[in-house]
Amino acid sequence: MASKVTSAVMRQGLRVLGVAIRTERAVFAMAALASAVYGGMTVASAWALGWATQNVVLPAFDRGETAAGALWTGAALIVGTALLKAIGVAGRRILAGVVQYRMQARSRRDVTKQYLRLPLSWHHQHPTGQLLSNASADAEAAWAPLAPLPMAVGVLVMLFTAAIAMVFTDLVLALVGFLIFPAIAVLNLIYQRRLSPLATRAQQLRAEVSEIAHESFDGALVIKTLGREELETDRFRRRAHELRDANIAVGRVRGLFDPMLEALPTIGVLAVLAVGALRLSTGAIDSGDLVQVAYLFTLLAFPIRALGWVLAELPRSVVGWQRVQAVLDAEGSMDYGDTPVASSGPAELKVAGVSYAYGQAEVLHDVTFDVPPGRTVALVGPTGSGKSTLVQLLARLVDPASGQVLLDGVDVRDLPYGAIAASAALVPQQTFLFDDTVRGNVALGLDTGDEDVWAALRLAQADGFVGRLGDGLDTRVGERGASLSGGQRQRIALARAVVRRPRLLILDDATSSVDPQVEARILHGLRDTAHASTVVVVAYRMATIALADEVVYLDHGRVVDRGTHEELLVRCLGYRNLVTAYEREEAERAAIDLAPAQDAEEEEEEVSA
Amino acid sequence: MSEALQGNVERSALATIWHGLSLTPEFRKGLAGTLGLAVVATVGKIIVPIAVQQTIDTGIKSGTPDLPYITWAVLVCAAAVVLTALAGYIMNVRLYKATESSLASLRVRGFRHVHDLSVLTQNSERRGALVSRVTNDIDQISTFMQWGGLMIIVAFGQLFVASVLMLVYSWQLTLLVWACFVPLVIALPRFQRLLSRAYTTVRERTGDMLAAVSESVVGAAVIRAYASERRTAERIDRSVDANRAAQIKAQTIVGFVFPLTEIVAALAIAGIVLLGVSLGVSGDITAGKLVAFLFLVTLFVSPLQTATEVLNEAQNAVAGYRRILGVLDTPPDVADPGEKGVLLPRGPISVAFENVHFSYPGGPPVLREVSLEIPPRSRIAVVGETGSGKTTFAKLLTRLMDPVGGRVTVDGHDLRDVRFSSLRERIVMVPQDGFLFDGTLEDNVRYGRPPATREEIQLAMTELGLADWVEGLPAGLDTPVGQRGESLSAGERQLVALARAYLADPDLLLLDEATSAVDPATEVRLARALEGVTRGRTAVSIAHRLSTAENADEVLVFDAGRLVQRGPHAELVTRPGVYAGLHASWVSAAHS
Repeated sequence: MASKVTSAVMRQGLRVLGVAIRTERAVFAMAALASAVYGGMTVASAWALGWATQNVVLPAFDRGETAAGALWTGAALIVGTALLKAIGVAGRRILAGVVQYRMQARSRRDVTKQYLRLPLSWHHQHPTGQLLSNASADAEAAWAPLAPLPMAVGVLVMLFTAAIAMVFTDLVLALVGFLIFPAIAVLNLIYQRRLSPLATRAQQLRAEVSEIAHESFDGALVIKTLGREELETDRFRRRAHELRDANIAVGRVRGLFDPMLEALPTIGVLAVLAVGALRLSTGAIDSGDLVQVAYLFTLLAFPIRALGWVLAELPRSVVGWQRVQAVLDAEGSMDYGDTPVASSGPAELKVAGVSYAYGQAEVLHDVTFDVPPGRTVALVGPTGSGKSTLVQLLARLVDPASGQVLLDGVDVRDLPYGAIAASAALVPQQTFLFDDTVRGNVALGLDTGDEDVWAALRLAQADGFVGRLGDGLDTRVGERGASLSGGQRQRIALARAVVRRPRLLILDDATSSVDPQVEARILHGLRDTAHASTVVVVAYRMATIALADEVVYLDHGRVVDRGTHEELLVRCLGYRNLVTAYEREEAERAAIDLAPAQDAEEEEEEVSA
Repeated sequence: MSEALQGNVERSALATIWHGLSLTPEFRKGLAGTLGLAVVATVGKIIVPIAVQQTIDTGIKSGTPDLPYITWAVLVCAAAVVLTALAGYIMNVRLYKATESSLASLRVRGFRHVHDLSVLTQNSERRGALVSRVTNDIDQISTFMQWGGLMIIVAFGQLFVASVLMLVYSWQLTLLVWACFVPLVIALPRFQRLLSRAYTTVRERTGDMLAAVSESVVGAAVIRAYASERRTAERIDRSVDANRAAQIKAQTIVGFVFPLTEIVAALAIAGIVLLGVSLGVSGDITAGKLVAFLFLVTLFVSPLQTATEVLNEAQNAVAGYRRILGVLDTPPDVADPGEKGVLLPRGPISVAFENVHFSYPGGPPVLREVSLEIPPRSRIAVVGETGSGKTTFAKLLTRLMDPVGGRVTVDGHDLRDVRFSSLRERIVMVPQDGFLFDGTLEDNVRYGRPPATREEIQLAMTELGLADWVEGLPAGLDTPVGQRGESLSAGERQLVALARAYLADPDLLLLDEATSAVDPATEVRLARALEGVTRGRTAVSIAHRLSTAENADEVLVFDAGRLVQRGPHAELVTRPGVYAGLHASWVSAAHS
């Protein structure tokens, strides 16, 4: 990772800044202008002070009298330059914020639009945490240098005017400035270059400490039941101490450079006084000039560091920008066709020679089966046989590597956007609820009345608990439905599917967290009302399988056999083993039970021996 | 924040900080020296005004500078500058070391304490909030200590020494400067409240935005399946824009408040010139002193400019301290008896519940008058409907919670008297949710017994009949399981959790529906393997299917918090009652 200010990083960083300046041209120009006013007025205020010293203060002390006109002019100059400077500062800060936060918001919107546009297969290849930080931390880091950038522009103006002012005042004093100011800038650059990698490391460690705490507290029950608190504390302590050392390392650098950066301009002022006295004695300057230059040094000492801040943020900015850009450049959208699809009656589904792979690992191989309109097909197979992947292909969440999925005889890739969602409803294994009301989660943008929502909830056996919630349909379910139990979430997700009266209903083990008795009621309800739907259901439980007209048995990504439950029980060994495991076990038990006494005796002997 | 973790002491801001610091001796050690150095460091700030005054007054009398004197004065001042910079460096390093060491120890202490709290207390708080206690809250204090804290010391010192020097030069001008700045100082807390509110809004909006963005990632499948991309995008755009608006608003407040100090300073400077000149005419002040005043006023600017932000940081730091102390002040209600506790000898365990009652704080009773014995080496199945008290029974048996009435004993000892190290080694529970740590399969199984070798882990997998499954994984035992085990299916996670508990080699194994997500064929295989390996140990299973109950030596039937029936399956099934009802519904679910 680039955490050092190399020339390549600088070039890239300046390019990123260029993008922002072009995008927010008008606001940036105003911010730079405000900052230039600030820079110019800073120099002007030193000049005003010098003028007042020379024309008001010293004459008064020399001659014991003051010209009222000069007195008020001096005061007006001092206050006037300060007012203009204050306006410049306010404008610079506010407008710099506008540019920075607008660019941030723009990146965030673009990145999330990509997340929504890119196919699910792309999502499978990118960890959740990374995508979240692309949209938050990276978008922020990319545009972080925009905050001090206008100030840096103002400082350049300030330095330029100061240089001119000093040259005009006195060439020798100007030379002192030309030595000190570059020295401050260079020292600050060295400071930021040394600080940047250390600060990045501390930031990284903070994230790691937080990760350990998250994981450890999430696993609190396991840690408690195994008594591993000390082990966990050791793990946390090691990282916390690394963080402490990293923070102290940051502190050492700050502690060294901050006093040096404070001392350097002070040394400069002292040099100005010494050299100035010399020049004064030769009559090259007057006392007002001396005060002006000395004051200029005090004023310029701090802002000059802004140049370093921009440079310090650049490496982080470049990394953030590259990450954001990687998302924006990601290829592979889903293409849609324009073949219209029948809009009423149960759908006909055909899967023809479909294969699919995650990277190298092929999870589906030449899968073929069909579901006639209005029929129910159960997909059965052991864990890891490819059922969930197959289900995603049916709803066109992903496209097959080869083969076709046909809805009413049309390849799903030829259907227009939204057509599949309008015909098919998938209830995935992992339920996902939005941070919205119960109604919002069930309707999910569908224009439907409360009656239909209640009817769907009733079918999903969810009307009871929803009715008992504080605000009924208007109850908010919390982030990812956190306020509900797993079974309740599944039932709301089921209602979301049935409220759309889908022509094809796809259930991926969608009732696994529901009590068997409730599940039975749901399935019977579905059978009674789903006559308008074609149903594909992934299941283990015998009660669910028994509802299907046909069973497709999958193992290792292949269709091993298909037929009715009874047919498969007779002729397919794998299927029989899977679905009758419990019954066979019972039967075997019964046989073994004939000789239990003998077993027990043996055991007794073992123990006593 | 929940009631449970607030601690019971209300403290003022100062008392909070004092209490926090008293917990960390690392901070107090050498604090006096650090403060002394801070005083030296701030004195450096008034060198320039003094040098200017000396140069003008003593050096440039009547336009002819006294060059040797000025050279001497400048050299002395330069030496003072170097000295104060050095003091600043040493002070900074000491301060960083002291604060970071003390905060690191507070962090670790807080972490350990969270783990020592009972499951009940832990669950009363959102996970994220607990994490914040040992991360954000501490980081906030750290930021304040290093930046704001230092600022406060320097700012006060700077204002103080500047005022002293001013008073030495001219009391009239000092009054004038104070008169200009006092209204600003009075107004600052108002600005700070304004800013604090604006920042709070920014934090809230940022939270909303992150939640909206995370939906687009976590809910990717559902959003596509229901073609709700547009709806989601609109929501994200709204939250991103609201966040941006809040940020710009906060920035605008800062933008207006920040330059106010400059304007006040300019007014003060103009006033000094006006008043100073008339004082000078009457001979009350020298020209050098007057010019020095102009430089001294600049010392007032930076402390006041940053004051609103520093006050903000200070408030956050105190709030952070309150929260972390709230955790530390919460006593662990299920405490380890420690050294004076009983050590259980190895060997099969017997358990007894004596008239045990349990209810959650403020809730109805969950377990009532439960008395039972579990003889050593017996195989017990616990059954009952959802909410009947099965899981509470398991939590009391493993002392994740303590009973409200009655007592639980193992081998005749009250559980509350048994040392945790001994208890956790002898009794292990496998919860329903197979939580895994981010690491390899091997790492996760080894968590059950850290010194175990790879061979022992392989052997354990073989004994459980899981060797084939492990071999089928892409990298066998070295397969990474992902965060919280997300790369594995729910059923596979349960397999690993079971292997982990098995490797721990407990004398009593308690399974809380530990194989509910495993496919039937695997579950049956596993049940059989477990039966073999738990032979000679006590085994308690909370059952979610029939065969577990059928194979047990004894079935405990819970209903509405009471133990209503107990006995072998064959006996219970013939009697009318709760068990017969449960049995009937199981049978119908399996065979319909």
